[in-house]
Amino acid sequence: MTIKAAEALPISVRNVTKTYGAVHALDDVSLEVKSGEFLTLLGPSGSGKTTLLMVLAGFTRPDCGSLTFGDREVIRTPPHLREVGMTFQSYALFPHMTVAGNVGYPLRLRKRPKAEIAERVERALETVQLGGYGDRRVDQLSGGQKQRVAVARAIVFEPRILLMDEPLSALDKKLRDQMQIELRHLHEQLGMTTVYVTHDQREALTMSDRIAVVNHGRIMQLSTPRDLYEHPANRFVADFIGDSTFLTVSRVGRDVTFGGVPLIHAGPLPDTPDLQLMIRPERIVLSPDGPRDGANNFAATATDVVYQGDSYLLHARLDTGEMVALRGAVRGSNATSLPRLGDRVTLTLAPEDTVLIDGSQT
Amino acid sequence: MSMQTAPSNAAGLRRDERLERLTLFGLSSPAILLILVVLVIPVGWLFYVSFIGANGQFSLENYERMISRRSYLRIFVTTFQVSLLTTGLCILIGYPFAYFMSQLPSRLANLCLITVLLPFWTSLLVRTYAWLVLLQKQGLINNWAISLGLWDEPLKIVHNMTGTLIGMVHIMLPFLILPVYGAMKAIDRDYLKAAANLGASPRVAFWTVFFPLTAPGLFAGALMVFILCLGFFVTPAVLGGGKVIMVSMQIVSNIELFVNWGAASALGVVLLVLTVAILWVASRFLNLDRMTGGGH
Repeated sequence: MTIKAAEALPISVRNVTKTYGAVHALDDVSLEVKSGEFLTLLGPSGSGKTTLLMVLAGFTRPDCGSLTFGDREVIRTPPHLREVGMTFQSYALFPHMTVAGNVGYPLRLRKRPKAEIAERVERALETVQLGGYGDRRVDQLSGGQKQRVAVARAIVFEPRILLMDEPLSALDKKLRDQMQIELRHLHEQLGMTTVYVTHDQREALTMSDRIAVVNHGRIMQLSTPRDLYEHPANRFVADFIGDSTFLTVSRVGRDVTFGGVPLIHAGPLPDTPDLQLMIRPERIVLSPDGPRDGANNFAATATDVVYQGDSYLLHARLDTGEMVALRGAVRGSNATSLPRLGDRVTLTLAPEDTVLIDGSQT
Repeated sequence: MSMQTAPSNAAGLRRDERLERLTLFGLSSPAILLILVVLVIPVGWLFYVSFIGANGQFSLENYERMISRRSYLRIFVTTFQVSLLTTGLCILIGYPFAYFMSQLPSRLANLCLITVLLPFWTSLLVRTYAWLVLLQKQGLINNWAISLGLWDEPLKIVHNMTGTLIGMVHIMLPFLILPVYGAMKAIDRDYLKAAANLGASPRVAFWTVFFPLTAPGLFAGALMVFILCLGFFVTPAVLGGGKVIMVSMQIVSNIELFVNWGAASALGVVLLVLTVAILWVASRFLNLDRMTGGGH
């Protein structure tokens, strides 16, 4: 028996601004989180993503704006009356209580009968695969177990909204990967509307239904992981999600040229004075037989080749002077024939991978 | 192969180990010597003297006197009374003050901390006599209160229990405030956020999370205050006006008035044993090491 799915609530953030002195921590932010959605706020530190989460939880009072859970306006509701579950980066498990004491805390506050509390605590612990851990002291738990207890405590009172503040940042990589999948499953099982904060783009891509990329207190782009990766709204988003090389191109009408050579491109053309070509390292390929027809070809010289086991990373200098990174798969057939320093190479980019973006940073 | 090289190597390693231990012992010997000279020998001497009667022979008369004379019982009762009341008042004043300080921005908190520490660094005797000036019949407090019409007759607030307690509480407060403040500052703010998020109003969060987490610090401070009070001399002697007789004062009069070192030593032994007993009981409930910052 585990916790059953609760009816989820949509969240609506409208025109929320929060300033600290002259700094806009949140600059007129509006955001709709759909009922039952897993939405990630992704951004560098200081971008405002945590401030936004704190506004949702009620710990930060914005200067203005509106916030509704379902059809209930909560912007002036104190945190303890908001009925949202939350996990903290530091876990914030009470050290003077056992695991069961921690998980049962919200139920004791709600004056549930003892027997019901015991039963629901055990169910919540089973949901996070910690059945039978109730009597443990908090300091006897590993990092991953603490994280699970924190999740159990956040969901035990069946809130309809769950907020998570960088919950996995303190775990080592292997455990983090495993917990990402687990949290994802938990979300599918419980169906709570979840707002998740992270600065780890891979984590965001792995877990989210949608991602809001936040910077300078504003949402740069809100979209699905795939759309965000394939069609970033601007250079900041493109840079933050994935490693890319950006080349400045010139444009006349629909014709785009790089280094005087026309580019074949298929996608949308943003209306901007600063048009750039985004090259994802795994999308550009080595063309051993020279330039390929119907694609964009770049003549270059290999300046650095790094063997990384599952793949290799090639840095090449284009004849026009720019550096481009290329990531290729390593197979038995090419493991011994990777380009060497100083080799002349041809890099090829298919038209559908020729993505032109707005070069602005904000 | 390793079996052949092991013996010669192992002997060398054992020698290194012995040498290291010897060095460690050598380095700590000054400290051990110091403790022996200034603590173990005097305390041993104290015990010895307490068992010497008036005729210079071994005797239990110094302890019998304590049991048989009612005045001694009264002295112990007074000592515990003053100590408990001082501790209680220190908690009532010190805990809220420490809480107030812990909530202030750090600049203001540091200023407050200085107001706590400044008297702490001032001579005990100076502070006690300052209270005498403030509290006496024609003192500042009585004069002001009468001229403001708060009361008509000068209140007797010194040379009695009231005066003693005022002085003692003032002197003991830092011993309570500092560990409590330390415990409060060590509390992760996220605990309170978590409590609020889980449905606790500020008042409930305080009693279910904040207070329990500061309890070890409060206990440490209270214990320190109580034990210091048990052996306190200057303040009750000056502000008590002879009406508040504590154990330490009886020790002094045993020596100065009656020149009875045996009786004084016996009182000292009883005080020491009581203190150790209280610390022992306290250690059964709480980790003293942790309270004094000795471990984690």
